[in-house]
Amino acid sequence: MTGTTTDTPQADTPLFVGADWDFDKVWRVYDAVEDIAKGELGLVTYPNQIEVITAEQMLDAYSSIGMPLMYKHWSFGKRFAQDETLYRKGMRGLAYEIVINSSPCISYIMEENSMAMQTLVIAHAAFGHNHFFRNNGLFRQWTDAKGILDYMEFAKGYVAHCEERHGHQAVERVLDAAHALMSHGVHKYPRKRTPDLADEERRAAERRAYQEQMYNDLWRTVPKAAATRQGSQELAERKRRLGLPEENLLYFLEKMAPKLAPWQRELIRIVRKISQYFYPQKQTKMMNEGCATFTHYTIVNRLHEKGLLSDGAMLEILHSHTAVVFQPDFDDRRYSGINPYALGFNMMSDIRRICEAPTPEDRAWFPDFAGNGDPYGTLRQAWADYRDESFVLQYLSPALIRKMRLFKIHDVAENPEMEVTAIHNERGYREVRKSLARSYDIAHLEPDIQIVDVDLAGDRRLIVHHLVENGMLLDEDEAIRVLRHMANLWGYEVRLVEIESATEAVLKTYEDVAPTGAM
Amino acid sequence: MNIIDRRLNPQGKSLANRQRFLRRARAQIVKAVREASGSRSIQDIGNGEKISIPMDGLRESSFHRAAKGGIRDHVVPGNKEFVEGDRIKKPEEEGGEGGGQGSPDGEGQDDFAFVLSKEEFLDIFLDDLELPDLVKKKMKQTDSTTPMRAGYSVTGSPANINIVRTMRNSLSRRIALRRPKPAELAELEAEIRALEESGLDPEQLSVLRLEFDRLVAKSKRVPYIDPLDVRYSRFEHVPRPITQAVMFCLMDVSGSMTEHMKDLAKRFFMLLFLFLSRRYRHVDVVFIRHTHEAEEVDEDTFFYSTETGGTVVSTALVEMEKVIKDRYPVGDWNIYCAQASDGDNTSSDNAKTAGLLEDVILPACQYFAYIEVGAEYKDWLGRDSDLWRTYKQVVKPGGHLAMRRVRVRSQIFPVFRDLFAKERHDSTTWAAGGEGP
Repeated sequence: MTGTTTDTPQADTPLFVGADWDFDKVWRVYDAVEDIAKGELGLVTYPNQIEVITAEQMLDAYSSIGMPLMYKHWSFGKRFAQDETLYRKGMRGLAYEIVINSSPCISYIMEENSMAMQTLVIAHAAFGHNHFFRNNGLFRQWTDAKGILDYMEFAKGYVAHCEERHGHQAVERVLDAAHALMSHGVHKYPRKRTPDLADEERRAAERRAYQEQMYNDLWRTVPKAAATRQGSQELAERKRRLGLPEENLLYFLEKMAPKLAPWQRELIRIVRKISQYFYPQKQTKMMNEGCATFTHYTIVNRLHEKGLLSDGAMLEILHSHTAVVFQPDFDDRRYSGINPYALGFNMMSDIRRICEAPTPEDRAWFPDFAGNGDPYGTLRQAWADYRDESFVLQYLSPALIRKMRLFKIHDVAENPEMEVTAIHNERGYREVRKSLARSYDIAHLEPDIQIVDVDLAGDRRLIVHHLVENGMLLDEDEAIRVLRHMANLWGYEVRLVEIESATEAVLKTYEDVAPTGAM
Repeated sequence: MNIIDRRLNPQGKSLANRQRFLRRARAQIVKAVREASGSRSIQDIGNGEKISIPMDGLRESSFHRAAKGGIRDHVVPGNKEFVEGDRIKKPEEEGGEGGGQGSPDGEGQDDFAFVLSKEEFLDIFLDDLELPDLVKKKMKQTDSTTPMRAGYSVTGSPANINIVRTMRNSLSRRIALRRPKPAELAELEAEIRALEESGLDPEQLSVLRLEFDRLVAKSKRVPYIDPLDVRYSRFEHVPRPITQAVMFCLMDVSGSMTEHMKDLAKRFFMLLFLFLSRRYRHVDVVFIRHTHEAEEVDEDTFFYSTETGGTVVSTALVEMEKVIKDRYPVGDWNIYCAQASDGDNTSSDNAKTAGLLEDVILPACQYFAYIEVGAEYKDWLGRDSDLWRTYKQVVKPGGHLAMRRVRVRSQIFPVFRDLFAKERHDSTTWAAGGEGP
């Protein structure tokens, strides 16, 4: 640990020796970790529930996207078969832990782990992730940690009930289609509340008063709008009634698809709810992992300083820690993007450094917290109020850019060469930071797809626009498959048009896709 | 904090998902299994199997951007030599360098490999096969029946008294008729004795005595167990389905059979065994080899020791008949027979063979399959072998004799399927049904 260490009272014996774990040791370690997490780091967590599972159960949990309860679907079976094959071949190890954003916060630990690893996992999951889930604004706003397990229980039962009643195939068709649209089944903003009658009247009165105030007789003399506007007004009215444009495709289909039975709508809703539940996790992966990694690193170091952790156990933990935060260079064969653990951990360690021992540069860049001597308070605030994108934009320091030697490449598809547009120098810091932040912005990562129009009285064709950014079109084969799913849910034809968002030029039009049969 | 040990929770939570997955990919898996079994030795067929299937129908699509095209900015770590304004030549197609933008799944998962368990593999492997004439004719006879519990009755043999039921009836009757309990009697008696000894209250004593006599009389009137209470377990005799089969493997081991031919025969026998053992609870295998004389041998001897001599097929049939008579009563066993030969037979024996087959063996058998194995590189010259011609006379529609020729390993499974495929019910080689109930 780099921080100043005051004279820490040394414990006589470490909490455990040897690799084997038992429940007693887990309790002891948990208590020691809790002391540090709550007392020194000031973490606030949901109550913890630690569950010991076998490797096979870990595979189970993997395949059902980490939820302890999940409805049945073939894709989970597929994922299980895939993971199992890789695991049995030894091509992939299992994660040491899975943690669920629920209250109580459930962390799975594997029985195969050594006691040192269990210590690491408890600090990482039961305190790091747990604190993040409990305090981060996105999770607080979008997920209901207390209700999720109950909801999953309901979802599982409901899907099973539907399968019994309507047959496996019918349920599978709906779920397949809903899964295909899952990433476009979230509300990104809190929905507009429908105003109640009193509210509406009040607003109408305000509007009238305003108009009376602003009355000018001159306007009477201006010729009326041409009759051609009539059509577009009708269109606007129609769109307003349907709530278009709508970017939550699943929501629109659930509410508006003319042919769906109530149980089919409920299935879509279940998928949508789950997607919404995971939406904050997508936006905070780097921070979440960074928070957990930083927490475990700090805690185990403190344990070691207090003499509660033997040198052997500490080395084992450090070995695992370094593997987790390893960031290969771009030209390394192992490179596969920026490691969220590495970036998150580095940034948070960097924040601590800035709080404790800032350089003049840091003081210039981060005047509000440089040298404030309260690294954990600063971090707690960052963990609570930011997501990946804004966190990078706010906190990535020049020192870290230099350390990681980040640079920016500009790649235009038509050109034979890519251009380096910014490196780790005075001119480049802000540019690198901005671009990196943008690459964590989920709104830019996922294509912007919206339902823009449908004529319910006419042919009922659903018109979907992809607002293309920087000329990046959709993967065509995949898009056609998804459109087919969409048409199946909608019950009529679906048309996708890719439109350049800046110029509104049509870049590509897909053939109308018709449903392949009744749902 | 809570620690919960979940290790003992039921395993295989994902089994239902797996079944859904297998059902979804059924067509592809069946195809892959068929292909895999062609190239695989028979011994391994019973083991789990790693198969690889195309992704059709297993894709999980989503809207996402194509891997290429447009204007992209990447921020990557590990700059060593670049300064602002440098131009980097793009790597050749599919080069990973510099591109932080891995395509999010979708691409590159054209084949999907996973492991099927032994059960799953065999299920699919033998899926659309069916045993010919599965119902034993003799099942109509009632000599093999099994007693099944069928409630209770008021009559029956003493051996079948159901004590629990009887005592329950007795207890409820005793309570209903207020039969005095032995404990009550004993208490009263003790009280009387105490009074007698002390001699204090003669009036009370006489009251108690009267009461005692009344109770004793009552307990005599209301017996402990009345014939009314008695219940017997009732059994019904249900005809027992015959769930055991015996499989006779007949093989010519005379000099004319090469190793290759034996290998083909062995594969066929093993397939048959695998198949039968999935349909019957118990399968016996009898190996009979023959030259000019036949004997029952164990498996090793059957496949690996050589014999020299002439070829007289009828000896094997006689031996089989003998074994059936000794050990496998036709009424109790489903009898299957597979014969492998290169088709040679002593000419003088043909008539006898045909006769034996028609009169003795076929009536006893559920199914008789004759496989004529040939040399790998030899074409048939269009001339049927002795045995083939002989058996041909016996084959008739509706019979259960089937004959096929096999020359190379890869034909074994198709021939096997051909013999047992479900659609073959109305074929000319044999017709199932007809005789079964």
